[in-house]
Amino acid sequence: MKKKVISTLLATAMVATLLAGCGGSAAAPAAEPAAEPAATEEAAPTEEAAPAADATEEAAPAADEGKVLNIYAWNEEFKSRLTDHYANYTKVDETHGKIGDVDVVWNITPSDDNAYQNNLDATLLKQADAAADDKIDLFLVEADYALKYVDTDYTMALPDLGITDADLADQYTYTQSIVKDSNGVLKGSSWQACSAGLIYNREIAKEVVGSDDPEEVQKAVADWAKFKETAKKVQEAGYQMCSVNDTYRVYSNNVSGQWVQGNKIVIDKNMENWVNDSKELVDAKAENTYDLWGDDWAKGKQGGVFCYFGPAWFFNFCLDADADGTVANKGGWGYVVGPQSYYWGGTWICAATGTDNASLVKDIILTMTTDKAVLKDIAQKDADCVNSKSVLAELAADESGNLALLGGQNPYKMLADGAEKVDLSNLSAYDQGCNEEFQKALKNYFDGNSTYEEALDLFYKGVIEKYPEVSK
Amino acid sequence: MANEPKKGKSRVVRYNKWGYIFLIPFIAVYLIFQMIPLITTIYNSFFENYLSGIKQIGPNWIGLNNYIEIINNGDLIMYAKNTLIMWILGFVPQIFFSLLLGAWFADTRLRIRAAGFFKTVIYLPNLIMAAAFSMLFFTLFADTGPVNAILQNLGWISEPYQFLSHAGGSRGLVAFMNFLMWFGNTTILLMAGMMGIDNSLFEAAQVDGATSTQVFFRITLPMLRPILLFVMITSLIGGLQMFDVPQVLTAGDGTPARQSMTLIMYLNKHLYSKNYGMAGALSVFLFIITGILSLIVFKFSVQDNVDEVKPRRNRNKG
Repeated sequence: MKKKVISTLLATAMVATLLAGCGGSAAAPAAEPAAEPAATEEAAPTEEAAPAADATEEAAPAADEGKVLNIYAWNEEFKSRLTDHYANYTKVDETHGKIGDVDVVWNITPSDDNAYQNNLDATLLKQADAAADDKIDLFLVEADYALKYVDTDYTMALPDLGITDADLADQYTYTQSIVKDSNGVLKGSSWQACSAGLIYNREIAKEVVGSDDPEEVQKAVADWAKFKETAKKVQEAGYQMCSVNDTYRVYSNNVSGQWVQGNKIVIDKNMENWVNDSKELVDAKAENTYDLWGDDWAKGKQGGVFCYFGPAWFFNFCLDADADGTVANKGGWGYVVGPQSYYWGGTWICAATGTDNASLVKDIILTMTTDKAVLKDIAQKDADCVNSKSVLAELAADESGNLALLGGQNPYKMLADGAEKVDLSNLSAYDQGCNEEFQKALKNYFDGNSTYEEALDLFYKGVIEKYPEVSK
Repeated sequence: MANEPKKGKSRVVRYNKWGYIFLIPFIAVYLIFQMIPLITTIYNSFFENYLSGIKQIGPNWIGLNNYIEIINNGDLIMYAKNTLIMWILGFVPQIFFSLLLGAWFADTRLRIRAAGFFKTVIYLPNLIMAAAFSMLFFTLFADTGPVNAILQNLGWISEPYQFLSHAGGSRGLVAFMNFLMWFGNTTILLMAGMMGIDNSLFEAAQVDGATSTQVFFRITLPMLRPILLFVMITSLIGGLQMFDVPQVLTAGDGTPARQSMTLIMYLNKHLYSKNYGMAGALSVFLFIITGILSLIVFKFSVQDNVDEVKPRRNRNKG
């Protein structure tokens, strides 16, 4: 009887698979013709579209270029930037848009578990053999792993696209040094300058520091010794300072050497400082070990946590200013530089080698990362710290840079100063894996589940799994 | 006379033909999706073959180096231990409750009302996707989650218990989830086994004045052995491949300090660098471990059948 059931099941499964296989191939061709018609006659809408931006003129792609623009990203950020600020872009649905007669196809894969890069890698490795319309045209990278892509032939040099140094002169140097390959050729461009600082809860600051004035608060967190003192006071008042993972970037950006030197993993002195300072504060119950982006960590946005560490995109993207009851909604945050200046994240636009939409790609990069009107618009609409010295100077100088969620404070002067100071000489292609594994492994030490040595072993193990060529 | 056996044979052959035809899809799928991957896995395990960043390294023939590395770092035993601990932690209560519920449901004297309803309810947790179930528990047992809030409000603990930062907590949660998901399934299997026991045995026991405990231990359990064995094998094989629940619950890290990392989660770790060589060697190890365990279980079950057959023969003789 059991055999009968199993064989029936198997037989059904077999037949089902066969049918599913047929179904897939049969459905595909049917969908295609719909996209074809009238593609040629549609080059016109450029003229009707808002003539405000100079860039629109160039936006119409050359006639011999592809009709599909494939963009790879890990979240909705760039899509919403393009939708809001690129004059020619019209939204079709959640994953499709149109620029003139070119179809824009968004391929958005979240970064969790490295899914974005896995997907991107697999597609890039097949790039050379892919049909023109399936090739990746644009993709986004983060600083942590930018070198992985930039230092290969999969990314196009910006000069080859016709983007000159003069076009990019207003950008911060550090945003360019991240995306230069080992020969110094520029391979990407960003609209953000992600210098970051300490974002504090004004109410708790009044109670603990005695004032919510940025200058006074900065004095209370001016270096790590003062930071620890304040943290303990915060704890006594019944609040939490922050998560150890919040301060991580501040330390890891101020290291004296790369993570991997000559295929050996090196733990910098400043990383040891992070471990010791954090352990002290966790033991004093002033800091917690919540994972970034987790639910526990995010609850501080409702109050109860003295500070978060973050750059400008953090204001807009992570503080939930739109949600009722959050501190940001009441304008309850303030911004100071904090113990050490650092940067965090940022999104770079890279052109993929083999793109069949070169002039459109060039125009998108130029418009989104160098057009001052667009950049100022981004800063004001999305509270982003844009990659333009002159725009930031303008914003710092007048009321237009005041942010409601910061209680009307204008952070742009501090952000601009910070961006000048960012030093990226110790960036390496291994940063993402090393940073992730270091935080994960040391959490065990902070929670008292392992000794420091055991936690380090765990770290080495994790890194070597990710990068088999490195060693202890 | 001479024709008849021939005719009979050809009928058998004609009949057998259908058997082979029905086997074709299975064999084809087995070859394509099982046999070929199995062989290529073993073949790949002898190579250095991974992605560094987006640069392909290898494949270079390195013989048994991958195997030696796995044996040398000694992690495999730790993960095997984790897997077995979590399996046992989940399996023991599962068998206990399943036997209890099974005995109650199968006992005709108890006449449980709405038995069908309860049978459905206990099976329900198995219908939820393991990953979703895991996600739910992750939220429930988070440091600032509802379970901690309740415990704190009741005054049982003064500060949140970090379930996932303690080996007992996270292993316990994984085991508890596996228990919840599978005890209904096991109950139904055991119940089927119990219903299959000849009712006259129970009646005879009743006549002889046996208590229900005696009936359970002297009649139900021994008669249930083949089913128990089947439950044990399937659960063990499932347990060795434990992956989705701990993977989602601990975000793939087997927190704390990899103490809830299972064998398959470890295998999954090599996905980051697309390390075909190491993952291949690891799979071969898993193959061997599973093979050995299956052989042991198979041995037992075969012996069991022989034991069962023997007394019957004796009885015939007598």
